[in-house]
Amino acid sequence: MTSTNKLLLEAKGITKYFGTITALENVNLKVHEGECLGVVGDNGAGKSTLMKVLSGLYKPSAGALFFEGKEHVLDSPKDSQNLGLEMVYQDLALAGNLPIGENIFLGREPTKNIGFLKFLDFKKIQEMTSAHLEKLKINVKSADQKVEELSGGQRQAVAIARSTAFNAKVVIMDEPTAALAIKEVGKVLDLINKLKSTGVGVIVISHRMDDIFTVCDRVMALFQGTNFAESQLDKTSRDEVIGWIMGKK
Amino acid sequence: MKSLVGLWEKNKMEDKEKKQDSLYVKLIPYFEKYGILLLLVIMILVMHILQPDVFLSWRNVTNVFKQISWQSMLALGVFMVIVTAGIDLSVGSIMMLSLMILAIVAKAGAPWFIVVLVPLFAGFLCGLINGLGITLLRMPHPFIMTLGTLYIFRGTGNLISGGTPISGFTDEVRYLGHGRIDLTWLGLEKSQYLPVSLVLIAVVYFVFWVFLNHSRTGKWIYAIGGNPSAARASGINVNKILIIVYSLCGFLSGIGALILAGRTDSGYPNAGLQSELDAIAACIIGGASFFGGRGTVLGVFAGVMIMGILRNGLNLMDVSSFWQQVLIGSIIVLAVYVDVLRRDFGTRK
Repeated sequence: MTSTNKLLLEAKGITKYFGTITALENVNLKVHEGECLGVVGDNGAGKSTLMKVLSGLYKPSAGALFFEGKEHVLDSPKDSQNLGLEMVYQDLALAGNLPIGENIFLGREPTKNIGFLKFLDFKKIQEMTSAHLEKLKINVKSADQKVEELSGGQRQAVAIARSTAFNAKVVIMDEPTAALAIKEVGKVLDLINKLKSTGVGVIVISHRMDDIFTVCDRVMALFQGTNFAESQLDKTSRDEVIGWIMGKK
Repeated sequence: MKSLVGLWEKNKMEDKEKKQDSLYVKLIPYFEKYGILLLLVIMILVMHILQPDVFLSWRNVTNVFKQISWQSMLALGVFMVIVTAGIDLSVGSIMMLSLMILAIVAKAGAPWFIVVLVPLFAGFLCGLINGLGITLLRMPHPFIMTLGTLYIFRGTGNLISGGTPISGFTDEVRYLGHGRIDLTWLGLEKSQYLPVSLVLIAVVYFVFWVFLNHSRTGKWIYAIGGNPSAARASGINVNKILIIVYSLCGFLSGIGALILAGRTDSGYPNAGLQSELDAIAACIIGGASFFGGRGTVLGVFAGVMIMGILRNGLNLMDVSSFWQQVLIGSIIVLAVYVDVLRRDFGTRK
């Protein structure tokens, strides 16, 4: 994947203040179709804040977001979802008490009308869930299984499935492998590669060099809220990227 | 050869174990869903054996339903709140205030349909105040807001009525709490009537069952209880849903006030005193989890019934009400311990 692919998401000069604290200053970011961008940085470097700006959870103090070449102002996560921009949160934003299918469609449940009342269409939820899990080759017993009964890796897979159920164009993942057992990390990384091959642009925030060097095409480092370094993956090394995280070039 | 047979035997045994295991695993969800109904049936059987002539008589059964009628409304409201991992301590006070407003409006000579609508509206408004307080004032926990309104609403009820009972309502106003549906056309005796309040319970519980299980808002209420940040990240307006939930809880307390007005023909200052605790107890016995996201409408109904039958049965047997308190308390602890065990069982950590 190279930057000749269509540009999906671009952030220009993003600045974010929390009171007197400057969390981000003049940060730029680009992601293309079918490309995976790795975002690295130490704790407090501004990664999470940047992702929250991209997903519409925070409003930037300055700067602009362009989606497929058009500028957009995001007022809420709903706005970014409508554009095709999805976020997979670090704490696995799933409701454990609900089944897989209802989690995937949470907030966007298909309904059917009986008279003038709208009722949930459970059959459709189940069918769509099974088809979607099938497409991503995610193995679970059934779409009716409660999420709290799943393993960490399965939950992460459901979270990713959730993010892509509505034709997402860009998926942002915050530490997608942080909470997983080693044998499950590979499965999640495979899933990310599968997403890329379908033309989705992926942004992965991770501390794990293994993740970055397995799935990413490009890596950028944030340091104290600013763009610190950026490179195509094949033109850098683990040691160099680790150096960037610590603020050394 | 011997070892082969041994291996075969072993495999067979393992298969058997597997089968038992899967049967066991399959049974758990049903037990989770209907276990509380089992307890209810057992209680009914025990009471019937202890009081074979009286307990299952038409008169006593309708009596139980009449007694639980207004509590069942409060419990249903509190249940929805508990599903969101919240709590509403003010339902008893909301009911008392709605009842007092109803009484004052009735005494002022308003037409019956206004008198009937007023407590529903008052209850809804009280719930709305709770919801707005919890979300807009960002109270650290609903406990605090509703503890405050527990005092505020009851105080207001006493202020507007002067702290004295106001009695005497028209038959239309009393219909829901006191009305009887004649069943003589079915060949039954005149004394074998159906209380209107029983029909009302059935209708309200059915409507809320549909609402909680088959509407998006209902699903979101469960989602908020399961993981509020997941709900928020899914684009659900959590505050809006919470305000709806507390308002509906108040509305149900208003229905409770209307039923109580019918039953007692009076608005009195002690109405619904400590009934919030009964409502919470019924939810907990019925399998609602304080951690939120768990519990069913059917379970709450069973919880209300269990408490009602326990009181009724013990009264029939002339057991002191002090023992009733001890027993109900023990059932609460037991029910929650079962919930704890279930959580250990059901979830992977």
